[in-house]
Amino acid sequence: MSVVDSPGQSPGARAAARRERVAGWRVGVLASPAAPVYGALIGIVILSWIIVTIDGGNFLTTGNIVNMLQRSVALGIVSLGQTIVILLGSLDLSVAALISLSSLVTAQQMQDGSVVSAIVIVLLMGAGIGLANGLIITKLRVNAFIATLGMALLLGGLIQNGWTGPQGGVTDSFSENLGYTRFGVIPMSFILFAVVAVIIWFVLRHTRFGYRVYAVGGSEDVSKLSGLRTHRTIIVAHVLCSLTAVITGIFLAARLKAGTPTVGSDGGYDLESIAAVVLGGTALTGGRGGVIGTIGGVFILAVLDNVFNQLEFNSFLRDVVRGVIIIAAVAVYARRTEKKA
Amino acid sequence: MSDQLLLQMQGIKKSFVGVEVLHGVDLDLRAGEIHAIVGENGAGKSTLMKTLAGVHMPTEGKILINGEEQTFHHPAAAQAAGVGIVYQEFNLLPERNVAENIFIGREPRKGLIVDAKRMERETQALLDEVGEDSFGPRTPVRWLSVAQQQVVEIIKARSLNAKILVLDEPTAALAEGEVELLFKLVRRLQELGVGILYISHRLREVFALSQRITVIKDGGVVKTLNTAETNQRELVNAMVGRELDGYFPEKGLKEDLGDVRLAVKNLTTPLLKDVTFDVRAGEIVGLAGLQGSGRTEIARAIFGADPITSGTVEIDGKERRFKHPRQAIRAGIGFITEDRKAEGLALAQSIRDNMLLAVRTVIPARKRRSMDGLMGVKELARVTELKAQGPEQEVRFLSGGNQQKVVLSKWLETQPNVMIFDEPTRGIDVGAKAGIHDLIRKLAKDGKAVLMISSELPELIGMSDRILVMHEGKLAGELPAGASEPEIMEYATGSHEEVAA
Repeated sequence: MSVVDSPGQSPGARAAARRERVAGWRVGVLASPAAPVYGALIGIVILSWIIVTIDGGNFLTTGNIVNMLQRSVALGIVSLGQTIVILLGSLDLSVAALISLSSLVTAQQMQDGSVVSAIVIVLLMGAGIGLANGLIITKLRVNAFIATLGMALLLGGLIQNGWTGPQGGVTDSFSENLGYTRFGVIPMSFILFAVVAVIIWFVLRHTRFGYRVYAVGGSEDVSKLSGLRTHRTIIVAHVLCSLTAVITGIFLAARLKAGTPTVGSDGGYDLESIAAVVLGGTALTGGRGGVIGTIGGVFILAVLDNVFNQLEFNSFLRDVVRGVIIIAAVAVYARRTEKKA
Repeated sequence: MSDQLLLQMQGIKKSFVGVEVLHGVDLDLRAGEIHAIVGENGAGKSTLMKTLAGVHMPTEGKILINGEEQTFHHPAAAQAAGVGIVYQEFNLLPERNVAENIFIGREPRKGLIVDAKRMERETQALLDEVGEDSFGPRTPVRWLSVAQQQVVEIIKARSLNAKILVLDEPTAALAEGEVELLFKLVRRLQELGVGILYISHRLREVFALSQRITVIKDGGVVKTLNTAETNQRELVNAMVGRELDGYFPEKGLKEDLGDVRLAVKNLTTPLLKDVTFDVRAGEIVGLAGLQGSGRTEIARAIFGADPITSGTVEIDGKERRFKHPRQAIRAGIGFITEDRKAEGLALAQSIRDNMLLAVRTVIPARKRRSMDGLMGVKELARVTELKAQGPEQEVRFLSGGNQQKVVLSKWLETQPNVMIFDEPTRGIDVGAKAGIHDLIRKLAKDGKAVLMISSELPELIGMSDRILVMHEGKLAGELPAGASEPEIMEYATGSHEEVAA
């Protein structure tokens, strides 16, 4: 018997504690769904570096790193929101349309009023749309896929009805600050992304709401029978997801110095954000995964995008490569889950 | 045991879409008492418990806890009133750890943050209280065995300060040694003053644990007995006690029996142990047993839907091992599944499409053209006496009996020699039942071998030429035609061994 162990513990309890310490480590690091994502990210960065260098380009320069970070911001923020709803077993296809609408409304409101009031107004609008999504899914019992697809069409219609082209009015200083300022290699907008990421990570990991998101995503029935009010959780998650889309829209308005009716759909943020989440190891069925994996997934997509640009790939080939990577990633996760079971 | 009534359920009625499934149930429970609830499958035990747990609202009747009337609109309300329930299917999240599962939906907080340390500490205390040291609060639930998961379920209910604990078939998934551990845990809770409603159809357990037993049948209470003043035979009679009603077609004659069409030898799967039997052409063999005893598993194993560990299946004297139902269908087996709506029919499609589904998918068109005896939709409808507007009518608009005839037609078209029926008349009204029974007997007369699974003992007795009884994955016994319900129940509940021993 070892001396360190307290004498009161039974051998069984000690063994259990030991198993748990090992388990804790395995759960924390190796078995974390995020682990292979960062492995893949490192691999892809190294591979890209080699390929771009051979091609005669520059990969790890300040300019290019800024470029990649900058590119990851828009997709990154909305993917964080998408992570919440996917963890919950839902999803949101209306984010692209909401991004466009937010960029337009931001510009319009800044034209007429202050920056702060404009931001408050779009955030409220986003919260309202998220609330609507959540209510449609829970109270009207419309499948999330259809509910948010319908919302996307609805918002698309509103946009086409209200705007035929870009909407000017974004305040110069605001555009300058959020869109272009940087500290060393870190753009201001990337800090915004990091802050949103930390908040959502914290919410998911340490608040009751976060615990409930995992519970409902694990099984809505189990959650309900355990006395959890699942509808509230689903609604709040959708509100948060819509808010991240709004923040993305505000950032894009700053970056482009205008609101654009097609900025969301051109970026493909609906499907791309889902792809980033899935690439990050979050199960589409919910209950497993998290923010850290999603960030890895976003970086992978941003690096690939950058490499494609440098190598001047045509857009069809890009999509083929991206498609292959996403399918391969999900296949790898499926194998891992099977082995665990 | 105190005489204070912890729980009273008075005149509980429950209807689903106009069909009453509970007809005014009265039940009470004292603190520190184990009150067993027994009854056949579908008697209404689980529905009754769900009204107590706030999953279903009773249509009529009152629930009183410590003399105060309660209305539960949501499971959370029942929890708050001190009702804990451990369901038959486990309600745990495999991806979360033990502590997270126990505190689901009511995680303790420190400010904004969930107090994970406190959650783990309290979980450890709960585990210590019941003396469980094979796992800890941070172990992911997916690593736990079934028995360990059950411990988690029970301490979860306990952590809610449950004064009333409902255990729904708690031993159904446990191995022999684990059952003893569960008993210990249940008795420990009893000492702590918890009132326990123990649902089981294993009479041995009921007698070992309970102080009182309530028998439920067809949605009503038959009687409540003091355990010390009754015996297994009385209980079994109360459980099945009803007249054999209705009409059944005449049984087959010895001379009509043909060769062995289906022979199962030493069939073993994870859920079945060494099952051996055969079915002859012209014979209807009934398969009895309680839910979870392995009846459906036999059918699925024969049909190639579940893998076989060892043992053989012979069709018409040839050994066959099916890896997929497709091969079984081609070899001449038809399997009319228990869940007509989920597994047997495409509800939104037409009668024609449903009838031809199996034959179209399994037998190539080329071969179909040269096949003799394909009946076509009209002929099938005539043979099965289907009542419908026409071949294009959607199946979901048909009555249960007519839907079942469509399922039957689907299989008849593949010209099977062996037909397996799993609960062929479940949810079908009395008149239509007779029609299905006639059809099954006619198929047997035509030289098919029929294996029929049913929870309704009168049906099984009325239809079968022989009855096989399953108990815990094993063939517990074989009874001749005309066996009585108590005889079958004795084998099915495993009390036969004890009475004999």
